[in-house]
Amino acid sequence: MKLPRYQTDPAQTRRYLFFTGKGGVGKTSLSCATALKLAEAGKRVLLVSTDPASNLDEVLEIPLTNAPTPIPGAPGLHAMNINPVAAAAAYRERVIGPMRGLLPEAALRSMEESLSGSCTVEIAAFDEFSGLIGNAETTREFDHVIFDTAPTGHTLRLMSLAKAWDQFLDNNTSGTSCLGPLAGLEKQRAIYENTVKTLADASATTLLLVSRPQLAALNEAKRTSNELRALGVSNQCLIINGSFETRCPEDVISQAMQRRGRTALETAKGFISSLPSFVVPLRPINILGLGGLRVLLDGDNEPASVPKHTSAWTPPDMDNLEALVADIERQGSGVIMTMGKGGVGKTTVAAAIAVTLARRGHAVHLSTTDPAAHLAQTLAGQVAGLTLSRIDPAVETAAYQAEVMHKQGGQMDAGSRALLEEDLRSPCTEEIAVFRAFAREVGQGTDCFVVLDTAPTGHTLLLLDASEAYNRELQRQSRSTQPEAVMRLLERLRDPAFTRILLVTLPEATPVHEAAALQEDLRRAHIEPFAWVINQSLLHSGSCDPLLQCREESEHRYLREVVEKHSARTAWLPWQAQEPIGPEALAQLAAATLHTSTL
Amino acid sequence: MKAIQVYDPPMCCSTGLCGNDIDPALVSFAALLTGLVQKGAKVERYNLGQQPMAFVQNPTVKALLEKEGVAALPLILLDGEVHLKGRYLTDAERATFSRAVLGESAEVSS
Repeated sequence: MKLPRYQTDPAQTRRYLFFTGKGGVGKTSLSCATALKLAEAGKRVLLVSTDPASNLDEVLEIPLTNAPTPIPGAPGLHAMNINPVAAAAAYRERVIGPMRGLLPEAALRSMEESLSGSCTVEIAAFDEFSGLIGNAETTREFDHVIFDTAPTGHTLRLMSLAKAWDQFLDNNTSGTSCLGPLAGLEKQRAIYENTVKTLADASATTLLLVSRPQLAALNEAKRTSNELRALGVSNQCLIINGSFETRCPEDVISQAMQRRGRTALETAKGFISSLPSFVVPLRPINILGLGGLRVLLDGDNEPASVPKHTSAWTPPDMDNLEALVADIERQGSGVIMTMGKGGVGKTTVAAAIAVTLARRGHAVHLSTTDPAAHLAQTLAGQVAGLTLSRIDPAVETAAYQAEVMHKQGGQMDAGSRALLEEDLRSPCTEEIAVFRAFAREVGQGTDCFVVLDTAPTGHTLLLLDASEAYNRELQRQSRSTQPEAVMRLLERLRDPAFTRILLVTLPEATPVHEAAALQEDLRRAHIEPFAWVINQSLLHSGSCDPLLQCREESEHRYLREVVEKHSARTAWLPWQAQEPIGPEALAQLAAATLHTSTL
Repeated sequence: MKAIQVYDPPMCCSTGLCGNDIDPALVSFAALLTGLVQKGAKVERYNLGQQPMAFVQNPTVKALLEKEGVAALPLILLDGEVHLKGRYLTDAERATFSRAVLGESAEVSS
């Protein structure tokens, strides 16, 4: 399938651009490169990240805030981060700050706690988001506003919230709502309506679905495309990032890589040809800085210099995954969680661990909270002793709503029931429902091994944060009827004999640095990761393709950085010629060691 | 007819749903207020997490907060006088409350 190269035509580009896709597909690089291109064509451009774990700073090589910051070396280009967690903190301070000295300390603390939950984070983020889209005044000085959106689940949420909350406001009669006092919100009403309208306006907004030449990423793009189309966002195009043509026809690994990409594209042909689709070639370097961004869209595909043969380099000490599993096994049952940036292979690693444990004769339960849920695809086969489940937000929310109505609604009069039903339509319900499901899965670890492939970093942190706030709140309310699993969640996550967290990364700059930041956050919450797992390494691949050799060489510093700086214990997984699908391939992946990894 | 003022602890929904647990007394109370409003009662409801200024501006509420902390919440005032402190109405108290608000002696359902 021959697709045109992705280019930016300043004359045709819409005012609002949204980049979306599975974590790690290159949304940040592509949105930055597009923004730079438009700025260099004389346009005034505002680039916005709404990802709680934004790496815009790293790609642009400048510290950003939640206000537009001019980018040195790119006249006309401004960038900013909407960090939902920071926005919530600012919102909290706006409410609490003026009360200092006026209300007693205990009242202030209680306000602070109630404003620390996931609702506040969502509200604050949504508020900033629709301020930029729904209120033309705030972005008047820019020709284009480009959103490097958060991983897909979050993006969908942000976008559907605009619609859901709009309807919610229409129906709410009880005076208070999750969006703050309704009176205050009426003033924002026009802004919310405008946000919804702008997203659906094909002459104002383009949605750019970013994918990789991989089946899972393409399927995810297809799902997002359908869901957003259903929400009225119809002006869409697809960018397949990192397409690879080998220059080395005799080289096994680069042939395999090319074949894998072609097969994926061929399989997803129906979707790809259903909308305007483009490709961006794989680059020999990590895309960082303005120079790197110019190469991404404009450079030819040749590495600047072919590195010396790489086998002379001695890698640091790393285990295979099976050795980690053997250690986990010795400690007995409990929870194993894989965490890290989106797209690093958390599901694959979780599935490989689950299969290995099950094959060693243990009862294992594998569960995912990843909104995209590729679990079924990764583990198509059945293994004795292994059970599977998935936390589906829509299903969990419906079940929770039904449970609440059944437990509480039965004793109520019609008026109370109507009110409760109304509040159950609020967007916060989903957060609570998903959180309870997560706690439930963790709770199963008392009897067997539970392997959890958690959602991408930002969302995971919100979950953990919520669990902290929950804990405090539950201790305060002695009336709680919460399940035991919820009450004990944080205690369990903090117990190193019960929970082992594996930080998964690729041997590249951004995933390593995000995993390191995540490790710091976990330590602040008094949770210590058990080990790091480096996934999809090209080390000792033996490839003679110059582009792959370049990429292999660029891994060295990150492998070293992980082992020497961040990790007490590291496992290493090679890049696989075939996507590791099914029990056999997963067990093989777990058993692969650095010395036997050549294909 | 008496004016009702309710000073709630911090929460985001009138049913307390966004907290971690649902207090049935809170849900019934919200429904009771809705019913009273329909009968013409004047209701003001303030939430510490969202309208803290209202707590500062009412001397009775402010004094109680300073003395007893957030345990004094929720506070239910009728014509500015404290009617109930630290909890919502029980099922048994609701009918009495409605009568007190509407200024009727009997025959008012909750």
